[in-house]
Amino acid sequence: MELIGNLVLQGVQMLVVLALAPGLTGLIVKVKARLMRRRGPSILQPYRDLARLMRKDVVLADNASWLFRAAPYMIFSATWVAAALVPTFAIGLQFSWTADLIALVALLGSARFFLALASLDVGTSFGGLGASREMMIGAIAEPAMLLAVFTVALIAGSTQLSNVVAFMSSGEMGIRVSMGMALIALIIVAIAENARIPVDNPATHLELTMVHEAMVLEYSGRHLAMIELAAALKLLLYVALIGCLAAPWGIAPADAGPAGFVTGFLFFLAKLAAGGTLLAIFETSVAKMRVFRIPDFLGVGLMLGLLGTLLLFVSRSL
Amino acid sequence: MIAFAVCSVLCLLGLSLAAIGMRDIRAASAIVYGASGVLCAGLVVVGLRVLATQADAESMRVPVGLPWLGAHLQIDALAAVFLVLLGTGGAAASLYAIGYGRHEHAPLRVLPFYPGFLGAMTLVVLAADAFTFLLSWEVMSLLSWAMVLTHHREEETRSAAYLYLVMASLGTMMLLLAFGLMAGAAGGYEFAAMREAERSPGVAALVLGLMMVGAGSKAGLVPLHVWLPVAHPAAPSHVSALMSGVMTKVAVYGFVRVAFDLLDPVVWWMSVPVIVAGAGTAVMGILFANVDADAKRILAYSTIENIGVIFAALGLALAFRANGMDVLAALALTAGLIHAMNHMLFKSLLFMVAGAVLTATGRQDLDALGGLIHRMPKTALLALVGVTAIAALPPLNGFVSEWLLFQAVLQSPNLTQPGLQFLVPAAGGLLALAAALAAACFVRFFGVIFLGRPRTNMARDAAETDRWSLAAMAGLALLCVLAGVVPGLLIDLIAPAIDLVLGARMPAQADNAWFTLVPVAEVQSSYSGFLVMVFVAISGGAAAAAVYRFSSRRTRRAPAWDCGFPDADPITQYGAGSFAQPIRRVMAPMIAARETVIMPPPGDMGPARHSVVTEDLAWTRLYLPLSALVGLAATRLNALQFLTIRRYLALVFASLILLLTGLTIWN
Repeated sequence: MELIGNLVLQGVQMLVVLALAPGLTGLIVKVKARLMRRRGPSILQPYRDLARLMRKDVVLADNASWLFRAAPYMIFSATWVAAALVPTFAIGLQFSWTADLIALVALLGSARFFLALASLDVGTSFGGLGASREMMIGAIAEPAMLLAVFTVALIAGSTQLSNVVAFMSSGEMGIRVSMGMALIALIIVAIAENARIPVDNPATHLELTMVHEAMVLEYSGRHLAMIELAAALKLLLYVALIGCLAAPWGIAPADAGPAGFVTGFLFFLAKLAAGGTLLAIFETSVAKMRVFRIPDFLGVGLMLGLLGTLLLFVSRSL
Repeated sequence: MIAFAVCSVLCLLGLSLAAIGMRDIRAASAIVYGASGVLCAGLVVVGLRVLATQADAESMRVPVGLPWLGAHLQIDALAAVFLVLLGTGGAAASLYAIGYGRHEHAPLRVLPFYPGFLGAMTLVVLAADAFTFLLSWEVMSLLSWAMVLTHHREEETRSAAYLYLVMASLGTMMLLLAFGLMAGAAGGYEFAAMREAERSPGVAALVLGLMMVGAGSKAGLVPLHVWLPVAHPAAPSHVSALMSGVMTKVAVYGFVRVAFDLLDPVVWWMSVPVIVAGAGTAVMGILFANVDADAKRILAYSTIENIGVIFAALGLALAFRANGMDVLAALALTAGLIHAMNHMLFKSLLFMVAGAVLTATGRQDLDALGGLIHRMPKTALLALVGVTAIAALPPLNGFVSEWLLFQAVLQSPNLTQPGLQFLVPAAGGLLALAAALAAACFVRFFGVIFLGRPRTNMARDAAETDRWSLAAMAGLALLCVLAGVVPGLLIDLIAPAIDLVLGARMPAQADNAWFTLVPVAEVQSSYSGFLVMVFVAISGGAAAAAVYRFSSRRTRRAPAWDCGFPDADPITQYGAGSFAQPIRRVMAPMIAARETVIMPPPGDMGPARHSVVTEDLAWTRLYLPLSALVGLAATRLNALQFLTIRRYLALVFASLILLLTGLTIWN
């Protein structure tokens, strides 16, 4: 009986991240529009877009291979599994020990790997352009993220997210320099990995510095829907991850009962709203960078991650 | 068990001699490769039995070699692990060669050397005295050198083979000195005697340094790697697979045997150069792999990267052991050995893929290929498994060893020395960088070869490779998946070897639910490749089913969109050079990459030229000056060839006096 309850809880977590992901994207678009004194589309617009894409035909390029057709599902499932591992409203779920933070980074790496391969499949210049730049960004963002993960893991003494969050919300944590560095590194990585300004511009379509949009240019219909959903899930994952590390409040332990879970869920919604709003404000206040300035930007993240780790090696209490 | 292993070695060596005499070349090829495959499979069984039964070391003394020494052979758990590795790699390469060898123009340039090479590598692993070890090591080097020379009519091959020969001699010389130091003045050349011998930390450090040069030059540690990316690709592909997948691991075996088993005492600072060399090698190797445009050379550079990862793990294990943390040392050493095993699997697989592509198209430069996923679908699928594994992506095996190594890095705040405390996190960062660059490298490798549109007619008209090759590749791909999904079995399997050299082992993994890995304690970290695979499969399947149910399901084929401006010329696709451009620019200082653009003068209709040069700084800054120096010395010393007999006698006499004086002062 307990097992079934735990499984249900795990299933709820997976559905929650899936259901909320497009909403977060919609919220960011909305807030950005309001900041520019436009009315903007409804928060529900991404859901409508997904439904519309599902109804449309898929137009496949003549020489697209099976990899091109399978990749959207692989990308989606890797991202979904990764997103389901991040504590949202509760920790210590049934399968939270399946993969730790390092595996989570690697799962996102798998999604990027297959997206880059898919964009090379048709053999267009835009696809190659996007893939090569994405892999360059990933080559710096991934170690930066891993170093931030090392910092967090050394502070909490664990790479299991549930245990990390439990430690963060306990009293022992206090304020630490290294944690601050890791969080800034994570934010930098999150901005780069989710193709946000200043690294990439999600609103443009035909611009030479585009990365993500160039990769998915040949996709249409349901395939595009899966990729868009995966991108939304990834954004939610990063916001949830930074949320549960920076503000580990309100997350229910596994045995909290329904009231605890509802409170946890409300806290989670608040964190998502806050994270989305902050991201929108940040995006409206900075300008897009040249592609070859991106390594400098990510290099800051890499160095902060390394400094955070080194500080912890010098003294466990920093 | 040992008798069986020695018999296999003798059969392999005998097969080499028999191959010289065989007349019917087609039959000879099938017989030699088939028999080698069977014998290698036998070696795997021997290794597995020793490990599974946790049998005691079995030794044997054969009265050949030096009269007072004989040849000592031994199978213990450590040797058994490498026997399994060697046997698996050898069996797969032999199976592949039954099909691939048919395309060889001059099979007799490979056949007589191939089984002997396998036999010599086995003998290195079995050797239990310095003489046997060095002799088999040298035979292994020479036979592989002979196979590098298979396509000897090409100028590049000849210079690669020459470079290999020079580096191999250097390596053996260093090994000779290392074993000489360990044997000491008393001359205890048996490993058992070396284990007992007492020596000062200074001597131990010297031995470790010599081993790093000796074994490291064979394995490809930077800056001793220069021969590897030219020599490994020059050989036929199944031999490249053996050299990259297996021979480098024999070198790793030599290092592990000496550093962990024979050498004592090891002080913490001795681990520093090993970690630095390992992490540096990992990054440099994969950077060069990212900018190279030749399929087999990319794989060879990636071998250098993986050797770096293995050596970083070994260095970490040495550091833990010097601090008396044997369980953590076991974790790091397990990570290293598992990575050695994994690298054998996926690198052999990828070299075989490169060989299949080479036979199908005749080309191995990326810019001549493309679109092969349509022409060689099975090879493409197996290659996809290989690149996913080597890019360290879950749930395949490359990620497991990478993950274990990161867990070991995260345990390193326990180390007490400040030097190591600064070094290890930096090394961890470098390893993370190497892993991410590996993903970029193999997106490029797979993407340019198999995806997109064919860039030449040869790629357009390629056909699927033969069944033997496919079977070998499929076997290796299956092992890659298995080692990734149930890694606990592999860890438990090699635990006796870890126990043998460290006196400690990782916690047993067999009892964990869902094949979960728990390296230290469950509160600290756990990872279940099996569940990750199941979850990804279920969620992907569920998503596909839901989409199939609710979407329009209609699919139309149309010309590529490409933002409205598709170009029919396949040259407009991203190729090897253009895909490498972002990383090449970002990392330009490390690989000395320079881009030059030559614009035609205004009014001239001629094309602009863009060219890129990358430079291996080790080659231009270290080897070329060194070789110039050697050349200069040789010219100067040339005069010594034309002396009178009296002067020669005087020289001999003077050196004798000098040596005797030296000996007197020494004593």
